[in-house]
Amino acid sequence: MNDIAIELRGIDKSFGLVHANRNINLTVRKGTIHGIIGENGAGKSTLMSILYGFYQADKGEIVVDGKVVTIKDPNAAIASGIGMVHQHFMLVENFTVLENVMLGAEDSQILNTSIAKARVELKRLEKEYALEVDPDALIEELPVGLQQRVEILKALYRRADILILDEPTGVLTPAEADHLFRILGQLKDQGKTIILITHKLREIMAITDEVSVMRRGEMVATRPTAETSVEELAELMVGRRVLLRVDKGEANPGPVKFSVKNLTVRDARGVTMVDNVSFDIRAGEIVGIAGVAGNGQSELLEAISGIRKAVSGSVDLNGTPIDMTGNADPRDLRNRGLAHVPEDRHHVGLVLKFEESENAILGYHHDKRYLNGVFLNIDAIRADAEEKIQKYDIRPPNARLRTANFSGGNQQKIVLAREMERGPDVLIIGQPTRGVDVGAIEFIHKRIIEMRDQGKAVLLVSVELDEIRALSDRILVMFAGRIVGEREPDATEGELGLLMAGVEGRKEAAE
Amino acid sequence: MSNPYAKLPAWAEYGLIPLINLVVAFLVAGLVVLLVGENPLKAAYHMINGAFGRGEYIGFTLYYATTFIFTGLSVAVAFHAGLFNIGSEGQAYIGGIGVALACLWLDKTMPWFIVFPVAMFGSILFGALWAFLPGWLQAKRGSHIVITTIMFNFIASSLMVYLLTRVLKPLGSMAPQTRTFAEGGQLPKLDWLLSIFGLDIGNAPFNISFLLAILAAFGVWVLIWRTKLGYEMRTMGHSPSAARYAGISEPRITIVVMMISGGLAGMMALNPIMGEQFRMQLDFVQGAGFVGIAVALMGRSHPAGIIPAAILFGMLYQGGAEIAFEMPAISRDMIVIIQGLVILFAGALENMFRPAIGRGFASFGQRFPVAAQRGA
Repeated sequence: MNDIAIELRGIDKSFGLVHANRNINLTVRKGTIHGIIGENGAGKSTLMSILYGFYQADKGEIVVDGKVVTIKDPNAAIASGIGMVHQHFMLVENFTVLENVMLGAEDSQILNTSIAKARVELKRLEKEYALEVDPDALIEELPVGLQQRVEILKALYRRADILILDEPTGVLTPAEADHLFRILGQLKDQGKTIILITHKLREIMAITDEVSVMRRGEMVATRPTAETSVEELAELMVGRRVLLRVDKGEANPGPVKFSVKNLTVRDARGVTMVDNVSFDIRAGEIVGIAGVAGNGQSELLEAISGIRKAVSGSVDLNGTPIDMTGNADPRDLRNRGLAHVPEDRHHVGLVLKFEESENAILGYHHDKRYLNGVFLNIDAIRADAEEKIQKYDIRPPNARLRTANFSGGNQQKIVLAREMERGPDVLIIGQPTRGVDVGAIEFIHKRIIEMRDQGKAVLLVSVELDEIRALSDRILVMFAGRIVGEREPDATEGELGLLMAGVEGRKEAAE
Repeated sequence: MSNPYAKLPAWAEYGLIPLINLVVAFLVAGLVVLLVGENPLKAAYHMINGAFGRGEYIGFTLYYATTFIFTGLSVAVAFHAGLFNIGSEGQAYIGGIGVALACLWLDKTMPWFIVFPVAMFGSILFGALWAFLPGWLQAKRGSHIVITTIMFNFIASSLMVYLLTRVLKPLGSMAPQTRTFAEGGQLPKLDWLLSIFGLDIGNAPFNISFLLAILAAFGVWVLIWRTKLGYEMRTMGHSPSAARYAGISEPRITIVVMMISGGLAGMMALNPIMGEQFRMQLDFVQGAGFVGIAVALMGRSHPAGIIPAAILFGMLYQGGAEIAFEMPAISRDMIVIIQGLVILFAGALENMFRPAIGRGFASFGQRFPVAAQRGA
């Protein structure tokens, strides 16, 4: 009789001076998959946090199943039949699947009976929704895709009829993502309602029934997915037309500029994260490293930029061999023409509490043109920052503004301007567009290709497979710390996906 | 969304919030006075009158403030590099050795303006060396600086007892202190500075090391915001991972910063030794190193904040002595309670009133958008 699962009416939320949600109206029909899309900072997460009870709306109503409800905490959300699968899983690593599923939903202080009951219920859910997973397996031993399945089971175990998934495919291989979409399809067929938050347009087109677009805290449009297009959605998200494809000419690779030789890196626990990796990059080419997050890409970047000590191995930079096990110092590497855009700009690439101009010299603060003896030459530093702000269209154009107050895209431009304007011979870039709005992505991609065309050797690491395929001239795939294959950029997604999952790679490595 | 509290205008951030924290600390202290069965208003009167009522009182207040400026700067410099130096107490104590040696060596032959720079150099040297050890231990051996500096305070204390009872004490004397310095080891008072305002300094030991403290405050500002070393310190203080990325050597900065911090703490010894007692006594630091932590917290580690915060604590010390004198039911420990409350409200509970103030500004901003814009 009533086919509306959730209705939000006039939701408004401010954090101090930041107006995160402005008069949001949203209607989600029962038994559908409803996508919510928007750039970083558009207010998607805030809206969902209000729905799940992490925050209270300043104004507005939430209507679930025709009844106005107050959701004051996640327990109230669960009681209203709303479950959430977080981007970062909320699982206890050294508990079993069963223990995690029943955690917080135990019947009594004595666990024996609840465990038995939970086991029966879990079996039933697994069967009903085809979500097989061994109830006695430890979470830490499960692959990411299965961990996510446990999160979904947790929500179902609490009798959720409405499931919110926040960026669920960020950590999955393409094959795992496909599997997740099949599961979501089945859940929908069983009458569950699913809200999918993502910034990936392709996912929206693939599985949603309806899609709502958010921009700067407002809900700007809701469309039936069948009646819209990727181009229209992108335009709605950004507020202007965007170029989604990257225009890239032929590469003219020159001599080898940078090579990594037998590099092995262990993390603090002694686990081998990079396992005897070697590769070359030529002048004027972009080499992309594809892989699911956590397969050693971060450690590889840190080791070759001198931040992390390697167990063994060396690099050859501009013909100079540098041993990476000893005192490979980031400053020394910079002087020899290596620039590094780190994956984590918030904690590594920038000091968020600094003024923009102070960040514009980070790592290059020994340069004589920024100094008067031991003193900083503030005028020169600011003038230099102003110049970069102009050239990279960094907004707001204020070199004295605190870096934390810039948007993700503009922060990334600050890092790129610093590293690219040095005219390095080798540029290594990690996650160039993570947390960056669509408008800035276009600009960043253009700049990376310009660097290549100027004859720089570029190493690109990204978890966005589309980005790797669009920019790279060669693609190396990393799995479990090894390079398991090399492909041309026109390799299919399926082919790369198999390599990233370690399926094809094992065969290749064995040969 | 990562920062749920909106940015406040600078005057609220650096003026209003510390003021509110301070007022709350005093209110709670007032409750304690009530609990002791005394009248808090009377106590407040004695405190303010005792600190500022006469030229002599002001002289004492500023004398204490001089000490706290040095230790406050010492703690603040380390803060900027992300290091929590709790050892200013011990570093000041050991710094006294440098002052005493210079005075004992030169006081009979040289005028004060020759002895003073030598003593200053000595105090910096000894203070810095005492801070070097914990710095080196953290940089090279990973021993946490908070733990080591606390322990070094105790070592300093024992060492000084040994030196003052066995080595530096004149023969035949029963007091654990050096001999009294001749004129060359005595700093001139700043009576002329107070007389500009028509105040009579009386017996107050307010001396020219106050000017050195102001100079040191300016020097610290230059160091932190205008030098390459300061830039590297701040990078490490805000984000050690960004410092590693930028090729900044963490061990080097740790050691250098600790030595600067120790040197500033050491200079504190000039004020009581050459400015008041004209000899080095046992326990002349009297907890000033710990007050420095409160001063640095209150002054938000900025020299421009540290000077007023140090004067505030100078007032608490001088006025507090007056309360203890006039109202015997309240002991000098009351000052330590207030000091603790200030640390509690200005440091640990710094964010207690911030959300409410932020909300206040936000609703003000909605009603008067133009004014709020200009304010921000």
